[in-house]
Amino acid sequence: MKKIEAIIQPHKLEDAKEALKNIGVDGMTITEVRGHGRQKGHTEVYRGMEYKVDLLPKVKLEMVVTDQRADEVIRTLATAARTGKIGDGKIFVYAVADAVRIRNDDRGEAAL
Amino acid sequence: MRNSSFSRLRAFGSAPAKSAKSTSTMIRSIQFLTLMALTAGVSLAQAIPPDIAKKLDDLDKATKNAQMAGDNAWMLTSAALVLMMTGPGLALFYGGLVRKKNVLGTMMHSFILMATVSVLWALIGYSLSFGEGNAFFGDLRYLFLRGVGAEPNADYAATIPQQTWMIYQLMFAIITPALISGAFAERMKFSAMLLFMTLWSFVVYFPMAHMVWGKGGLLNAALGGAYPALDFAGGTVVHITSGVSALVCALYLGKRDNYPDESMRPHSVVLSVIGACLLWVGWFGFNAGSALNAGSLASSAFIATHFATAAAVLSWMVVEWMVAGKPSVLGAISGAVAGLVAITPASGFVKPMPAMVIGLAAGVVCYLMVTKVKKIFGYDDALDAFGVHGIGGTLGAILTGVFATKEVNDLRMGKPMGMVDGDAGQIVNQLIAVAISVVLAVVGTLIILKICDVVFGVRVTKDQETEGLDLSMHGEEGYNLES
Repeated sequence: MKKIEAIIQPHKLEDAKEALKNIGVDGMTITEVRGHGRQKGHTEVYRGMEYKVDLLPKVKLEMVVTDQRADEVIRTLATAARTGKIGDGKIFVYAVADAVRIRNDDRGEAAL
Repeated sequence: MRNSSFSRLRAFGSAPAKSAKSTSTMIRSIQFLTLMALTAGVSLAQAIPPDIAKKLDDLDKATKNAQMAGDNAWMLTSAALVLMMTGPGLALFYGGLVRKKNVLGTMMHSFILMATVSVLWALIGYSLSFGEGNAFFGDLRYLFLRGVGAEPNADYAATIPQQTWMIYQLMFAIITPALISGAFAERMKFSAMLLFMTLWSFVVYFPMAHMVWGKGGLLNAALGGAYPALDFAGGTVVHITSGVSALVCALYLGKRDNYPDESMRPHSVVLSVIGACLLWVGWFGFNAGSALNAGSLASSAFIATHFATAAAVLSWMVVEWMVAGKPSVLGAISGAVAGLVAITPASGFVKPMPAMVIGLAAGVVCYLMVTKVKKIFGYDDALDAFGVHGIGGTLGAILTGVFATKEVNDLRMGKPMGMVDGDAGQIVNQLIAVAISVVLAVVGTLIILKICDVVFGVRVTKDQETEGLDLSMHGEEGYNLES
């Protein structure tokens, strides 16, 4: 099993969700986060006070899929979330030791 | 001035009279016609038959009642509008400008004054402000609102019940200290704030209201003041006193922890926009209501208020656009408040075009105050109560001396009002009023702060400040999105 963690532009969330749904991924967790990679932040001015804002709003999607599906999901996500500009985000992939369905104690891939 | 000076004159004819005038003229012509008819038959009956006299008397009473009903309707509406300026207007405007952790504490500053000052006012505040005392204080004749009933107080407002006048004035006494809270936002201890506001009402507001608007007050033109200043709706009493006191508070309390290094961005300009719009609307009660009747002077003040505000929005926005590169929403709404403040003393004395000039000037001057001058001196007037109310109020007070004209308000029975009427001397009177407000506000506020500091300590601890006033002072949070 692989855990796929994608940090993407908030306005690309709907596209990404739609694309994942189309390839049959139906479980995911979404968090509103802030961060930055190479993208520079921006400056906000309130009554002459300048504030440098370098942590920008992003959305983090997390899902765990079988090893066989991982590559397809990653490619789908990357394509759906891409605008081609700095700030599009990143995808990280982790190995997952186990999974448990809390409702009935299913383990491993059966719990996905 | 609301009344300031005007009340008495108003009662006799200039201001309030406009609406009164037509009705009284009507009565007079009816009386005249009746007399003509009677004289025709004079040989038949030498005196007015008692039934006719009674009818005339009834007619007279009915007319007065009708006028009182009209004026009273507008004045009660105005009183409600002015209360709306404090809550939710100012509470939202200030609440949006602070950080999330202080939103409730900041809104509470405004809200709790709606209760605190109301109680003080009923017990003794109204009497100290409007009882006929000496040049500086009122007396205790209206203690516990004794004698404040349905009968008008002709010294102040001849066509509305004194109760209406009293409650209308209360709303001004509420918003004035609330304005100060912008300066000490995010760091004042709640207990000290309550004591401060209570003492401030006694030491600064009640005396100032008496001096400018009370019978026999030092600055009250119409009611026997030595230095007759023109302040239609409260440029000195409300905005200069609160704005200057705000600066003293900001200096005394010191900067917020980590100011200006830490980000102190407004947590919701959205709330502030709503608040500013409510202030704009409520201000019609503040300024047009200060005519104290529903006549043409109210219309004139309404219009001056509106156009000055519109001009100030545009001038602040344009200057900011040129200087800082972008026309911010916070800038536009700050311009509106600056314009509203500056037109306040002038609203019942100036025509629409000069009103727009006042607004234009206020937008530019207040913008420079809060963005440039504040930075130079480095004080932390957190929400710019001084930059907008102190400076805007002073500018408005001076420009009132320039643009006041008898064509709008013939307060002095044909004599010139402001510089445009040919009397530049009025500017001196205006400056005296400004100076007295400033001195009273500075001295009074300093003494009060010292007292509050000794009794409670004015400032929250560093830990409480980091935690935020909502949790540390009130034990709640403004936004519990998970609940």
